[in-house]
Amino acid sequence: MSLDRRKFITVSAASLSGALLAACDANPKSAGRLLALAEARNETVERGLFRHAAVDRVPGSAKLAGKDFPKYFISDTVPTWNPAARGVWRLEVSGAVRTPLSLTLDDLIKLPRITQKVDHFCVEGWNARAVWSGVRVSDLARLAGATNDAHYVDFTSFDSDYHESWDMASAMHAQTLVAYGMDGTLLGPAHGAPARVHSPVKLGYKNTKYLTKVIFMPAKNGGYWSDLGYEWYGGT
Amino acid sequence: MAELVKRNHWIVRLTHWVNVIAIVVMAGSGMRIFNAHPSFARPGEHFALNPWEGHAIPAWLTFGSWLGGARHWHFAMMWILVANGVLYIGFLWLHGEWRDIVPRRGDAHSALEMIKFYLFVRRDHPIGGKHNALQKSAYFAMPILGVIIVLSGLAIWKPVTLGFITVLFVNYKWARFAHFAAMAVLLLLALVHVFMVFAVDPYSLRSMITGWYNRARSPEARNARPFYHLLAPGVESADAEAPRP
Ligand code: HEM
Ligand code: HEM
Repeated sequence: MSLDRRKFITVSAASLSGALLAACDANPKSAGRLLALAEARNETVERGLFRHAAVDRVPGSAKLAGKDFPKYFISDTVPTWNPAARGVWRLEVSGAVRTPLSLTLDDLIKLPRITQKVDHFCVEGWNARAVWSGVRVSDLARLAGATNDAHYVDFTSFDSDYHESWDMASAMHAQTLVAYGMDGTLLGPAHGAPARVHSPVKLGYKNTKYLTKVIFMPAKNGGYWSDLGYEWYGGT
Repeated sequence: MAELVKRNHWIVRLTHWVNVIAIVVMAGSGMRIFNAHPSFARPGEHFALNPWEGHAIPAWLTFGSWLGGARHWHFAMMWILVANGVLYIGFLWLHGEWRDIVPRRGDAHSALEMIKFYLFVRRDHPIGGKHNALQKSAYFAMPILGVIIVLSGLAIWKPVTLGFITVLFVNYKWARFAHFAAMAVLLLLALVHVFMVFAVDPYSLRSMITGWYNRARSPEARNARPFYHLLAPGVESADAEAPRP
């Protein structure tokens, strides 16, 4: 074996194994800062790409997931609102608004209703179709008179301490609803009754179920899954 | 005696190795993402095209340790992958070297001759250009698969915002399948490619690192099939360097 041949084999073996080792060693924690930087850059790109005119379109003939629509909550058992213990359920719309609202389910149902057949995109990779009925978050913002300080919205729940905050643009998208109906009936307890956020413009984990509060805010305040390390933006 | 030629421009060498790292990380993290829900069917539906519906990929093949981590890697590395790919294809385009990988008329015949040679039906190595016809088809398919992977990736990253890309693949579900299938084909090609580098032309490794290649040791000169005449001891002697018919 000539010297240069041996050298190039050694060099190539060394550089390859070095590259692979670097890749395998680098768990999300040691590379965390770089990944966080990339996530911040991606959020800028994603916000730049966002268009109100870009809407989710599901063909009218598409099959609904129906009873197979997956059910998720973080509490140990299905969270249910017990009026005997907690009084009548109300949705509070507050924060950077001129007139805070406190709406019962009947109040919500009397507001302009949107019914839409859209996708639900889960971070795990699946998507499922359902017909959602509810009130646009943008209508709630108008009713409450969201101020110029409202750059973010937090959606809070009674499913333990679950909440997720959104950028204002995604919350004001025409397909972002506070939904109380699913597939033609009132929302069931497994799907977030009495009301939940539903929108095809955000991944499932951003769509807070068992909703109690819609709080307009000047700054973001994270969220349950975003604080555990999933992307905060989570847009589709 | 060596017949040294400069075979690979530094841009080709650089982009090749950056690409290897990027693809390994993208495929590893992608398969970890896949494992969060290892099937393509929507809830309550069936998906006939994947015989392994519901079966996860072995964890040791995946990268990123958990779904969120893998997604961070995937969405960070994608920029490097795309920038690197644009540099490589742009270079081939501007430097005219696309001719080395784009198949032309007669390549189907040459590919058949190569297969005959590898199967011992034909005795002497067909003479070609920089790459033989089989290599060319693989190297040509790779960037095309790359473009499909990037487009379908955008289609499932932003199925609403970039919905006009998603509809190119029918819908989200099919875009996701296309993304996965294209990845699988690319990985398969890459595995065969690496196998052939070591089994037929290990001397080309030097050309992918320093750029230099010793033509006197080319597969044509060695009449090399996989594991046959892999290291020809006599190639340095004058008669072995004589061109073959
Ligand atoms: C611009 C480039 C890319 C983008 C934007 C992109 C985007 C994505 C997204 C959003 C997902 C998640 C889908 C889900 O939730 O299931 C995904 C999954 C995946 N990606 Fe990529 N990707 C890109 C490049 C690549 C490359 C180069 C490879 C490998 C060669 C790759 C392999 C995979 C695999 C195997 C999956 C899992 C399939 C699935 O579960 O759907 N991706 N990619
Ligand atoms: C994802 C994996 C890989 C892909 C997509 C890939 C792709 C390519 C492409 C497209 C070329 C042709 C370059 C040109 O002429 O412009 C090439 C050449 C080459 N690759 Fe790879 N490659 C991969 C992995 C590897 C690995 C792991 C090795 C070695 C351990 C390797 C060794 C080589 C060598 C030596 C050449 C030069 C072959 C020649 O000039 O005849 N490749 N590769």
